[in-house]
Amino acid sequence: MKLLTGNDLPSGDVIWWTGSGWSRHVEDAADTGTDGEAILAVEQAARRVNGAYVIDAAATPDGPRPAHIKERIRALGPTVRMDLTLKPEVSPEVVL
Amino acid sequence: MYQYDKYDQSIVDARVEEFRDQVKRRLAGEITEDQFKPLRLMNGLYLQLHAYMLRVAVPYGTLSGPQMHMLAHIARKYDRGYGHFTTRQNIQYNWIKLDECPDILAELATVEMHAIQTSGNCIRNISSDQYAGAAADEVADPRPWAELLRQWSTFHPEFTYLPRKFKIAVIAADEDRAAMRLHDIGIQLVKKDGVLGGRIFVGGGMGRTPMIAPEIKNFVTADDLLSYVEACLRVYNRYGRRDNIYKARIKILIHEIGADEYRRQVEEEFVAVKALGIDPPQAEFDRITAFFAPPAFDAGASDAIDRTDPDFAVWLDQNVKPHKQPGYAIVNISLKKTGDIPGDASADQIDVMADLATKYSFDELRVTHAQNIVLPHVAVRDLPEVWRTLDAAGLAAANLDLITDIIACPGLDYCSLANARSIPVAQKIASRFADQGRQRDLGELKLKISGCINACGHHHAGHIGILGVDKKGTENYQLLLGGSGAEDASLGKITGPGFDEDGIVDAVEKVTNVYLGVRADGERFLDTYRRVGMEPFKEALYG
Amino acid sequence: MGDLLRYRDDAAHEEPAVTLDAFLGASNATAVRIEPGEDARALLPHLDRIALVEVAFPAYRDGRGYSTARVLREAGYTGELRAEGDVLVDQVPLMRRCGFDSFAPRAEIDSATLKASLERYEFVYQGAADGAVPVWKLRHG
Repeated sequence: MKLLTGNDLPSGDVIWWTGSGWSRHVEDAADTGTDGEAILAVEQAARRVNGAYVIDAAATPDGPRPAHIKERIRALGPTVRMDLTLKPEVSPEVVL
Repeated sequence: MYQYDKYDQSIVDARVEEFRDQVKRRLAGEITEDQFKPLRLMNGLYLQLHAYMLRVAVPYGTLSGPQMHMLAHIARKYDRGYGHFTTRQNIQYNWIKLDECPDILAELATVEMHAIQTSGNCIRNISSDQYAGAAADEVADPRPWAELLRQWSTFHPEFTYLPRKFKIAVIAADEDRAAMRLHDIGIQLVKKDGVLGGRIFVGGGMGRTPMIAPEIKNFVTADDLLSYVEACLRVYNRYGRRDNIYKARIKILIHEIGADEYRRQVEEEFVAVKALGIDPPQAEFDRITAFFAPPAFDAGASDAIDRTDPDFAVWLDQNVKPHKQPGYAIVNISLKKTGDIPGDASADQIDVMADLATKYSFDELRVTHAQNIVLPHVAVRDLPEVWRTLDAAGLAAANLDLITDIIACPGLDYCSLANARSIPVAQKIASRFADQGRQRDLGELKLKISGCINACGHHHAGHIGILGVDKKGTENYQLLLGGSGAEDASLGKITGPGFDEDGIVDAVEKVTNVYLGVRADGERFLDTYRRVGMEPFKEALYG
Repeated sequence: MGDLLRYRDDAAHEEPAVTLDAFLGASNATAVRIEPGEDARALLPHLDRIALVEVAFPAYRDGRGYSTARVLREAGYTGELRAEGDVLVDQVPLMRRCGFDSFAPRAEIDSATLKASLERYEFVYQGAADGAVPVWKLRHG
């Protein structure tokens, strides 16, 4: 599957396209199929996202899992400061 | 240390308002991200993996107690309670909001700080020796030269869109504590017939194509300094490559045309530039120098010290260095306690260090390129109290220049350029060698980790270097041996195929075991490597 | 195409600028265009017959034109020095300091933003081609 991600312009937070808007949780991300670039263009022009791009991901029972470790770390937070991540309770190994 | 006058303050205040306006235009959609990016970068604002990151300048690594307190305040109010001290002697915050950034800059400006030119293709923050003004081996304090360069380079109209970033370091001792020859311009102050001048090295750097800077000029006096560096920069701005970002640093230009041809062009340009009268008069140099006069040391201070507490004695031997003033010492605060993130300090720790500076170090601190903090002027009699306070704050790790005093870039945990994580590798190596006796037995061993080829973690200059790479979507680590960023500068060589995260920790242990087995008396790891070469290490790793 | 911005009292030069090669090839042209990789020093023997030098900025990130401007001004060129192309509002103050006195920006520049930008800094640290007095001179008279 394809996900669309970027950063919120004023806050810089990592955000994911949900199909109708933006979420800070990768679990909410929707498969954009072949529409990613078109959505990106509209959303970026409206400044609802900054630095957006399309990534590959796999559908899993726990939700979309980005294909590359960099995007998995982006989705979670720094693995060396789990207290600052979106899921302080999980093991940093989840990004591997 | 240097203090702003109305001119300096006016320029920094104007910069805050300029950036406030630029942010407003970006948020309102008047400029695109592509147009905004170089503007925000020239103010140290990156868009990183998780958020915006703000890099605040600490000119030549020197700051006061109140400035350090301000850094803690920024960490608490605008970030998530900590900051990261960098290999460029700056501090960066990882969780900044764009719309709050102008307010942060306004707060910084109240203590004569800013984020000017901490990124972008311009002349970056000038770096220097963290022991400046305190070291027994310096011919002069290098910081007046660095301050002269800071002012000259700030908003330099001609050199704000260079082919690539440009880093300058100034030192004044034979022992190089600032990796001077790994800068675009490195200046070593020397005395010739009683006159102070600079040896100018140009074209060093790390990154993808590491190079040690050749000497371009053997003596430039302060009254020619700005004309000379202006000439150096102009030749670079006109002829540095712009077709390939990876070949755009000045080191590539000098490598391609040769040091002799570069020198010839600079000399020619210098003649033209010198006639413009851009060098300030001696009175300005004297004005700046006066700010760096030695503090009011107690001339009768004693060097006597009670070493009965063994933990204190170990810290004393490892982290405290001789001062040029009898009865005083230089205290190194390691930000590398086992389990810590190299270079990170909490807001509370930053406050503790600021208070110590005010109380015991004439209100002065330094940031080192090894991501540690220095209290430059501590009376020997105060060392026990300073140590107790540091220890209580988790800041008394006695490992300066040992294998656990690791330089590590933020890596893939924070950085959008990284290919692999650096910090977990640093933490695992530090744990493996945590035993104090073991690391002290290994002696001086500089281990440096970068999470990508850009080499922010100085891996080329590590006695042991580690480079994180992306191997088909998984993290992989190459091992390098034999680098040095000191006066005996050399570039590390890759041992062979890379390792996974646990494998690289084992590999480091193996090479240290080889060293322990073959070292001669008094040899550091680096000396042994240089004597015996790569083979025995390769054999242990891959044989 | 944005409006031409001029900081000169004379009338804008109408003659189209020719390439450096054409200019040096014994033409009688009085306006010449310098591309980023070209050496402005080739013009130095001819400065007295040039009325306009147009310096191309195909992309704002390419800063070679800033040095081109200073080289010409330092050699005594007093004619019109125009920055043409990807010239953005935040760059105009720096370009002015390097000696540019006219601008042909590809995209319109907002005049209020430009005015604020040009007036923002009361002081400068270094001497350049614009005659602004560096602070070290103000400090020591």
